Formats: sequence, C-alpha cells, structure tokens
Amino acid sequence: MADNLSQNTPSNKIKLNLRVNKVARIQYLQDFFFHKLTLFFASLVLIVLLGIIISLVISAWPTLKESGIGFFFKNEWNVVNSKFGGLSSIYGTLVTSIIALLIAVPISFGIAVFLTETCPIWLRRPLGIAIEMLAAIPSIIYGMFGLFVFAPIFGDYIQPALNSSLGQIPFIGILFSGPQNGIGVLCAGIILSFMIIPFIASVIRDVFSIVPPILKESAYGIGCTTWEVVTRIVLPYTRVGVVGGVMLGLGRALGETMAVTFVIGNAHRINASLFSPGSSIASTLANEFGEAEPGLHYASLFALGLTLFIITFAVLFAAKLMLANIDKKKGVKS
Amino acid sequence: MKNIKIYNSRKRSNFIGLSLSMIAMTLGMIALTWILFVLISKGFSAFNSNFFFNSTPAAGSAGGGLANAIVGSLMIVASCTLISTPIGILAGVYLSEYGDRSKIANITRLVTDVMLSAPSIVIGLFVYAIYVSKVKHFSGFAGTIALSLLAVPVIVKTTENILRLVPNTLREAAYALGAPKWKVSITVILKAAKSGVITGVLLAVARVSGETAPLLFTALNNQFFSTDMNKPISTLPVVIYQFAMSPYVNWINLAWGGALLITLTVLGLNIFARVFFREKR
Repeated sequence: MADNLSQNTPSNKIKLNLRVNKVARIQYLQDFFFHKLTLFFASLVLIVLLGIIISLVISAWPTLKESGIGFFFKNEWNVVNSKFGGLSSIYGTLVTSIIALLIAVPISFGIAVFLTETCPIWLRRPLGIAIEMLAAIPSIIYGMFGLFVFAPIFGDYIQPALNSSLGQIPFIGILFSGPQNGIGVLCAGIILSFMIIPFIASVIRDVFSIVPPILKESAYGIGCTTWEVVTRIVLPYTRVGVVGGVMLGLGRALGETMAVTFVIGNAHRINASLFSPGSSIASTLANEFGEAEPGLHYASLFALGLTLFIITFAVLFAAKLMLANIDKKKGVKS
Repeated sequence: MKNIKIYNSRKRSNFIGLSLSMIAMTLGMIALTWILFVLISKGFSAFNSNFFFNSTPAAGSAGGGLANAIVGSLMIVASCTLISTPIGILAGVYLSEYGDRSKIANITRLVTDVMLSAPSIVIGLFVYAIYVSKVKHFSGFAGTIALSLLAVPVIVKTTENILRLVPNTLREAAYALGAPKWKVSITVILKAAKSGVITGVLLAVARVSGETAPLLFTALNNQFFSTDMNKPISTLPVVIYQFAMSPYVNWINLAWGGALLITLTVLGLNIFARVFFREKR
C-alpha cells in the first residue's frame, strides 16, 4: 500500500482509502467476470457433449420407436423397402477394429520398446517425431493409399498366399476364402492398423517412460537382460496405462471414417469371409447420408451415428480413466 | 552345465524380443516412407499453374485445378481458428488457473479428453442436426462450426498442460505486486506460456485441415469458385474424396495432387510447431 508514502493528514488518508476501495471493487468485478467467462467456455465442452447426445437421440427417434432394441440385431438394410437394421454395420465396425488391434498392438509395443530401451539416444527424438508424423497424416490419405496402392498388392499377392496357407485349415479357413480382389473387411482392418499404430505406440512410449529408473536399474543390477526388464518390470508396472493406450487406439479405429470407406467395399452384408466387402457405421454414414431422404432412412443413419458415438465414448472413457491412474502413479513416485 | 543352458536361453529370448521390436520400428518407418513416396511420385506431377489457379473441372473434361477447393479450405480453416482459439485458450485458463481440482474442472477435463478422439463423422451429424437441417442448406459456416468443435478440445488440452508448466513463483510474484487474478492470468501466465499456446493452436489447425468426414454433410461441395460462406463451399479433403472415388483419370490425378498438398501442409505445420516450441523453451 502507498499509505506510508503519502502525507499523514487525516483528509488525505480518507481520500486514499476511498481510492483504494474503488480500485479494489473494480478489480473484484473484473476478476469475477473473467472467472465466469472462462468457466462459461470450459462448460461449453460439456454443453456440446450433451447437445450431441440429445440431438442424435431426437433425430434417431423414429427408428428407435419403430424397431426398438431390435434395430441393433436386425441384419437387413434395404433402402428401397425402407427396412433398416444396424447389425451389418455394427459387425463391420467391430470386426475391422479387432483386426486393426490384433495387428497394431504387437507392432506398437515393439516400437515403444525400441524407442525406450534399445534405440541410441540421438536417434530417439527423430524417430519419435517420425512416428508422430505418421499419426498426423490425414486419414483420407490412408484411404487413398489403401485403395490405389495397398489393395492391388494385397489382392494380387497377400490374399492368394493367405488363402493357400491359412485358408486350408479347417474352421478358420472360411475366414480366408472368397473373392481375392483386395478390397474388403480384412484390407480395411489392415489400413486401420496402419493408422492407429502411431497413436498406440506413442502412448505406450510415454507410459513406459514413467517407470522409475531405480526399478529398472535394480533389475539390470541383478543381471536381467533388457527383454526381461521390459516384460517383468516395465510391463507389470505400466499395465493399466498400456491397456489404456490400446483402448485409445480402439476408440480411434471404431470411429475412423475415410480410411475405411475407401477400402471396405460398402456392402450391407455379414459374410464369414474376411475377404468379402462389408460396411462399417462410419462408412455407411459417409456413403448414404448425403442422399438420404428425410424419414426412416435418415433416422436410421442417425441411430447408427448414436450407436457409434456411445460405443466410442464408453471405450475412450475407460481408456482415460486407466491413463489417469497411471498419471497419479507418476505423481506419487516422482 | 544347467546354468549355461539357462543363460543361453535367456540370451536367446532377449535377442529375439529386441530384434522383433527393431523389426516393428522398421515396419513403421517403411510405412511412413512408402506413403510419402507414393504421395510425392503420384501427386507432384499434378502441381502446375492450372492446379493452383483453375477451378475443379467438370466430369470427364480435361485440365482444371483445385483453386476453389484450396480457397474454400483456407477460408474454413481460418475462420475455425478464429473461433476456436479464444474459446480454447480461455477454457484452458479456467482449467489451469481457476478450476484446478474442482468437480466441474475434472469433468470438463475428462470430457475434453474424450472429445479429442470422438468420431469426427458424428460431429458432422451433430452440426447437420442442429444447424444445416434448421436453415435447410449446406454452408461454409456449418463446416466451420464442425471443425471448431474438433479444434477446441485440442487447444484446451495443450493450453492447460502448458499453463501448468509455468512456475508458481511467477504467479506469486505477480500477486505480491497486487495484481488481480485475471491480470496475472493474461499478462503474466499466458505471456510466459505464449509459444506453447501457439503450438497448441498450430497443432489444432493441422488436425482440422485434413478432416474430411465432418465436412461431408456440412460444407458439402461446390463445383464452382465461391467465397460465400453461407453457401456450400468446396474444400480440399472433400474434393479429394469425391475425385479419388471417381472413374475419371483426370480427377484421380488432381486428387493425388490435392492429397500431396494437404499432407505437406499438415506435416509442415506439425514440424514447425515442434521446432518453434523447442527453441523457445
């Protein structure tokens, strides 16, 4: 306060007090408004989330009313007869995502191990950035790459090879039979795995790096090999976080639109063969929403969108809770 | 004898595990170089003056370029940045400076994290339901709203993380001088974290400029050159999608050119953001 600087007469003191009060009041008001303003913008995110759910439910209502829960189990999508069931799209979404995870998890784990354990220090940063670049490439590029470059190679070489090896085994052989033209559910799954590898790899790398060095050093000290340190020390310590990273990748894979739409073949069928064309929720939306007439078709597409949103929301929510636990661990240990 | 056996088998599994991880890394690098190589070899030939100065050609006719799509994309991304930057930064300030551990801040944080990877096509559906279906026409504004919804969580997240890195002593020093909280937040904290916040905005721009799905039912497309944001407007990703799916060789070539352009922009923004942030830290 400036009191001691001013002359110590009573009238001066009162004036000063008044001025200080006024400034304090103004600042209090400004602070109040700034607080509420930032609060408002922060809660906008919540409002949008609620808005998305409410508006999707309202738009999907005609379908939900007509077929109820049966919508999710009816394998029929007929625009002409206006019969709609979401099963084929939901099936396609789940199967492509599972294929993507089966391929992506081991590879991203390998990348994370390489980046945190074996890679020379000077290479870590450039290689890490390269992996993040892979994550930054827009999904439509993956789609084009899949359609024009990968699918022909896949159809000409890999599908015949799969068919003549895995395709001959009883029971699972049916998965690898059928048309060998590249495009199909399996191809979509592989392109998806290309897309989610960088996401999963960078999360696992970050999670690995929170392991206290002293734990790893003690393990090395008693003579563990690098691989043993990774599988017996690092992995158990970070298990929850690794699963969270995988779920994050799953969330991405479920909702991916462009990469899948290009290569899945867009047919509303459930086929035992992974080579045959299918459709995912996102690809159905991208293909049909533009031409949908208001009515049941339109409402059914919204119902699919709602399903997709709820599935991904649940998966991502679980992933975030798991990763939050890991963050807490980090806070305690460091 | 037995010990040697165990030793050898441990050594072997170590070698196999680490080699597999190295192979995984190599596969990742091959994927990146393969994609970039394909893009450059197929897209570079499309770059000529027509590409940048002519509008999209009609089906089957020769020539033409992507001028309308490039301008449309620039307009939509620029207006999206203008809208989402202040919202994102202020929300980030709330989470870091005011909310801290309060319930609403925790929920917002979680929801932001989830929205960060929410399926973008559903965002497109949402904007269609609340805006396009009400005004009864597709428009650039609708596309802007959809992209902003995707950009805001990115900015909120990075802003909050960066503001948390600002040392507390800086805040305390400012309070000790008698500065009110809002002034501390804006003129001290945000200023100290400026480069980090800008990085967040750049990353958000990079993310939305490649998005296709949310624009399909909002901005739609426009075959002609148009700068009217209240009408359907063509954007690079949507044009790439439409052209790549078409049977015309000319269109497919243009799509490759557009794909290269958009990838270079997005990767360039990403690299620039990283370098920029690193030098200032």
